[in-house]
Amino acid sequence: MKAKPPKAQGTGNATDGVLELRLYVAGQTPKSLIALKNLKKICEEHLQGRYRLHVIDLVKTPQLAQDDQILAIPTLVRNLPQPMRKIIGDLSDTQRVLVGLDVRSQAK
Amino acid sequence: MARASKRTKTVVASRAFPQLKKSPSGIAGFDEITGGGLPAGRPTIVCGGPGCGKTMFAMEFLIRGATEFGEPGVLLTFEETGEEMSRNVESLGFNLQSLADKKKLFVDYVRIEPSEIQETGEYDLEGLFVRLQHAVESVGAKRVVLDTVEAIFSGFGNPGMLRAEIRRLFRWLKDRGLTTVITAERGEGTLTRYGLEEYVSDCVVSLDHRVNDQISTRRMRIVKYRGSPHGTDEYPFLIDKKGFSVLPLSSIRLDHKVSQDRISSGIKDLDVMLEGRGFYKGSSILVSGTSGSGKSTLAAHFANETCRSGRRALYIAFEESSAQVTRNMRSVGINLGQYIKKGLLEFHAWRPSQHGLEMHLLRIHDLVDDFNPQVVVIDPITNLIGANPNEVHAMLMRLLDFLKDRQITAMFTTLTANRGAEEQTEIGISSLTDTWILLRDLELNGERNRCLYVLKSRGMAHSNQIREFVLSRTGVRLLPAYVGSGTVYTGSARLAQEAREKAESLREQQQLEEKRKEFFVRRSVLESQIAALRSELSSGESEFARLTRQRNERQQRLSLDREEMGKIRGVAQDNRGLNS
Repeated sequence: MKAKPPKAQGTGNATDGVLELRLYVAGQTPKSLIALKNLKKICEEHLQGRYRLHVIDLVKTPQLAQDDQILAIPTLVRNLPQPMRKIIGDLSDTQRVLVGLDVRSQAK
Repeated sequence: MARASKRTKTVVASRAFPQLKKSPSGIAGFDEITGGGLPAGRPTIVCGGPGCGKTMFAMEFLIRGATEFGEPGVLLTFEETGEEMSRNVESLGFNLQSLADKKKLFVDYVRIEPSEIQETGEYDLEGLFVRLQHAVESVGAKRVVLDTVEAIFSGFGNPGMLRAEIRRLFRWLKDRGLTTVITAERGEGTLTRYGLEEYVSDCVVSLDHRVNDQISTRRMRIVKYRGSPHGTDEYPFLIDKKGFSVLPLSSIRLDHKVSQDRISSGIKDLDVMLEGRGFYKGSSILVSGTSGSGKSTLAAHFANETCRSGRRALYIAFEESSAQVTRNMRSVGINLGQYIKKGLLEFHAWRPSQHGLEMHLLRIHDLVDDFNPQVVVIDPITNLIGANPNEVHAMLMRLLDFLKDRQITAMFTTLTANRGAEEQTEIGISSLTDTWILLRDLELNGERNRCLYVLKSRGMAHSNQIREFVLSRTGVRLLPAYVGSGTVYTGSARLAQEAREKAESLREQQQLEEKRKEFFVRRSVLESQIAALRSELSSGESEFARLTRQRNERQQRLSLDREEMGKIRGVAQDNRGLNS
């Protein structure tokens, strides 16, 4: 659960296996809702069948914020594969999200 | 937090400002200069350069709150992990883990790693609020420390959002009545690098760490304290094994208790000079003199006497080690070792250059606190006088105040340079002390002799005499000074003078004897003369009587003759009447 030391980006085998994603939100705020909507769209379009997504509401489980070092809301965390990555914001820029998750678009 | 005021031990600043509640920081001295501590339920910024002690201040505020004032706290650390923080304060005797276990403290390390974060679109720092709220609720915190919240500026790329969030954060803390300390790095020309002071307008404390003459001094200043009077000076502070302590300028008060009790100097003759009873208890005594004039010996006598009467003395030596002083004093018949063994005398020797002035002061404070002596001897204070004279003056003033406040009699020795300026002593500390004893050397006839006099002693009719100060195997003796034709004679000169005077008096006596004999002779001559004169006088008198008698007889005879003649004349007149 503890944060892992950051590594250089772009490991080639990141697309193998399943992405384990967590989206941290704090209640039903507009930003969170937008982020969730954007994320679902990205997953469906680019990560079909290759991801698991958990949405974590920190209002309900605040202790997880400390464990996963969450500061900004919304935060998308790629727990697997290693290394962990964090993408913050409403995920409105699909390309940046994909780069952040280190997955190449299947649509292209 | 609805429970904000339930257990908060707040103190009111002063009678004049009853509206502002304060949270005692528990930091020695700080609560004094702020009139009670930090503003309760409000944020305070503690700013300063690296290594100035911001974090230590914040931690002590938090830990003392949890341990001494029943106010649990939350530590949000952005720079050091919880474990690092624990280790940092462990040296001060605080155990963060045990406090956390007892639910008195909640530590959350907020790690910000810009390299693993990708930003897409809008976000805010709600996560921080969630964590803070969770932390505050899980221990029921009354105090919060954010160390150093500015770290978020390096972690996120949207300054506008960050500023808005920081504003919201401070508002949030204030709304919940959390007494908060926010540490911030000093910026160039500004109090904090990111201008945090814009958001916190309640209290700003600036810490500073500077080096003068290779000796570092830490200083604190209350830049701002809304709604409360506060000390505006720069106060020296220290971080040592007991934590953070600000040296309070207690000298603003002049209301020490005064004692009528006396305490012997350990030298009978000196006591005699001080109305026969010695120093006032709780007074301060300055012993100044040139090198080798016997200052330390005087001080050792005082310490010795204190211990002999069963009181405790603290002896702080800046020049000699304990062993050295003990050995040296044995040569004048003082056995200090026995009292050290008995625990009545505590000896501390350290180099003056070892610390800055404040550290010296604090060490003395600590020693006095621990040992609780009735007498403190500092031998000599001169060595502290390397730094800025004003600072030394202030430091000594504080020290004297501190000791006076506790009714501790203090003796300082000070080395005077060469002749001439003796009576103005360095840094003008003489005006701070109550009794000033001056030791001097007199060089005469190829030898040096020591003299002592009491230059001043407040509140007593002290002797104005200069005494010769003689060190012997049995201690110090003061001999009445030999004053003749305006000079004090000491040593062999004294002996010479004594002999001279003896000879003089002998000669005078002989002269007198001669004079008396002479007089006797003269008297007898005069007396015989008087006798002669008297007989002359009496012979003169009898001559005069004889002449008088003769004259009387002659007159008598004359009158008889005239009578007879008259009888004859009476006949002739009758005849003349018949004829007409």
